[in-house]
Amino acid sequence: MISAANKVPKNYSAAVTESTTVSPRLAKNVQRHFKERIIEFVLMLAALSAVFTTFAIVAILLYESLGFFKTVSIVEFFTAKEWTPLFEDAHYGIMPLVAGTLTTSAVALAVAIPIGTVAAIYLSEFASHRAREIVKPILELLVGVPTIVFGYFALLFVTPILQKLYPELPGFNMLSAGIVMGIMIIPYIASVAEDAMRAVPMSMREGSYAMGATRFQTAIRVVTPAAVSGIVAAYILGISRAVGETMVVAVAAGQQPNLTFDPTEGAATITAYIVQVAMGDLPHASIGYQSIFAAGLVLFAMTLGFNILGHIVRKKYREQY
Amino acid sequence: MNSNTPKIKASVIENLGAVRAMIKRHKRNDILFATIGLVAIMFGLLALLTLFVDLVMDGYPRFNLQFFSDFPSRRAGSAGLLSAWVGSLLVMLVTFLTAVPVGVAAGLYLEEYAPKNWFSDLIEINVSNLAGVPSIIYGLLALGLFVYGLNLGQSILTAGLTLGLLILPIVIVSTREAIRSIPVAIREAAYAVGATKWQVVKDHVVKYSQGGILTGVIIGMSRALGETAPIITIGALTFIAFLPPSPVTTEVPFINFEWLSSSFTVLPIQMFNWLSRPDHAFHINAAATGAIIIIVTLLMNGTAIWLRYKIRKNIKW
Repeated sequence: MISAANKVPKNYSAAVTESTTVSPRLAKNVQRHFKERIIEFVLMLAALSAVFTTFAIVAILLYESLGFFKTVSIVEFFTAKEWTPLFEDAHYGIMPLVAGTLTTSAVALAVAIPIGTVAAIYLSEFASHRAREIVKPILELLVGVPTIVFGYFALLFVTPILQKLYPELPGFNMLSAGIVMGIMIIPYIASVAEDAMRAVPMSMREGSYAMGATRFQTAIRVVTPAAVSGIVAAYILGISRAVGETMVVAVAAGQQPNLTFDPTEGAATITAYIVQVAMGDLPHASIGYQSIFAAGLVLFAMTLGFNILGHIVRKKYREQY
Repeated sequence: MNSNTPKIKASVIENLGAVRAMIKRHKRNDILFATIGLVAIMFGLLALLTLFVDLVMDGYPRFNLQFFSDFPSRRAGSAGLLSAWVGSLLVMLVTFLTAVPVGVAAGLYLEEYAPKNWFSDLIEINVSNLAGVPSIIYGLLALGLFVYGLNLGQSILTAGLTLGLLILPIVIVSTREAIRSIPVAIREAAYAVGATKWQVVKDHVVKYSQGGILTGVIIGMSRALGETAPIITIGALTFIAFLPPSPVTTEVPFINFEWLSSSFTVLPIQMFNWLSRPDHAFHINAAATGAIIIIVTLLMNGTAIWLRYKIRKNIKW
């Protein structure tokens, strides 16, 4: 709308340059117009970097995975029960890594979803304005704590505590990694879910109070159902984060691919496997090198799926009122 | 309903005691839930406070200047952070120089220039999707593209570019949010006195959104500082007992770019390395490093949140 005021007809500059007697002022205008177009083009290139990055990610993952799938059949990849690409007797079944990823994520969500939801309901419906103004920035602050620090917490703080309660727990286990990952995701879920609940119009709460409902009844039976798609979107984004989380699991869950859904055992996740291989010096274009891209492709597909799902759910909730 | 009302009224009077008990129960539920909510929030906050106190207490013996001026070593007691913090600093410099110009430019384009069509939709969708891609995937991208595709090697340049791409969505989104709050009247006034589009953007839009953009940049940089996975994936070394060549020299032209292609390590990787050793003495070093990373990132995030709060309060269009 604004640009309309500034727009010059397309043939304008050409017409002016053709005529030989151009007043200096007009010539300056042409120059300005030309400069404007260049600037716009450069800015557009910058914006395109996002598209380029996406394409580069997909292209690299597909290209290297294609090399991998020349040696390994897709059927074996998804059905074999062992993942030992670096051994003499190599097996290429991604399932142990997927099982590890899902188990740690499930433990994380079992911690983060109840606590995050209750915290969100409390913040949105019970807390005073002042308390909210203090807690919200702290939550935002906590989202920025580096994940490697949580890895330390899982390995050297939570695991020893759990071992006291349950002595046969191994030093590397998915339980402590999952619990810590859950603690890490709480602020994230609480913050997004609270935003969704705050978006519920005040008149709905007032209607509920007018009927004689208490705060708790209003929160549980009116506000939460009204904000449910926003809350679910927060959960889905939390899942996506848990699935892609790397350092906590690389440090605390162990790095042995293990086809199990028992959180008290150690196992490797997709991300932990990628870290493990990247630490060792694998020759470029070897099958081991390609295997991390194949694993990465699976991870990318999983998180992309969750992100799109979250997007759809959130869009639905936006249209509700 | 209507025919029932007198009946209910009658039953309320008859069962006054029961109704009172019900009200009491509901009020108790209120208090109960408020307590549970408070506990839930406290649990989250306390867990993180515990983490921080635990780190500081474990790492306490290593908080001295020598820890910052020593190279890593085989002996935990004399191992230091020198190569790690210098590496972090240089990587952050490259990240800043790539992410900020590109991110701000992209934000400006999307908000001020882009026509509303499928093309800008495509860019929008891409930006929001990139924000949800796990960081380790960026590491794989960098490994395939920068390290082996463009032959940049496992260098500071590669790491800086990788983290630059990683925080690009954060910078773009915060630039757009900052721009969106500037009223159209400001732009119209500038156009009215004959400014070109770029003059409006450069002298007014960018100028008034500086604070908001800075907020996003600080949050992005603090994320980049704590990010470990993508840098491990490009194959950063974990034991570095030398410094990259200095970016500033004593001879003309006073700067060199050799440091860009140097090997390096960064703080989170140094911490990861110490953490994965079985020897407990190294865990103390890891704790000290973790405490330092947390303090720096929390300070950065705190500054950003404070800045945003200040801007929100001060703006009177």
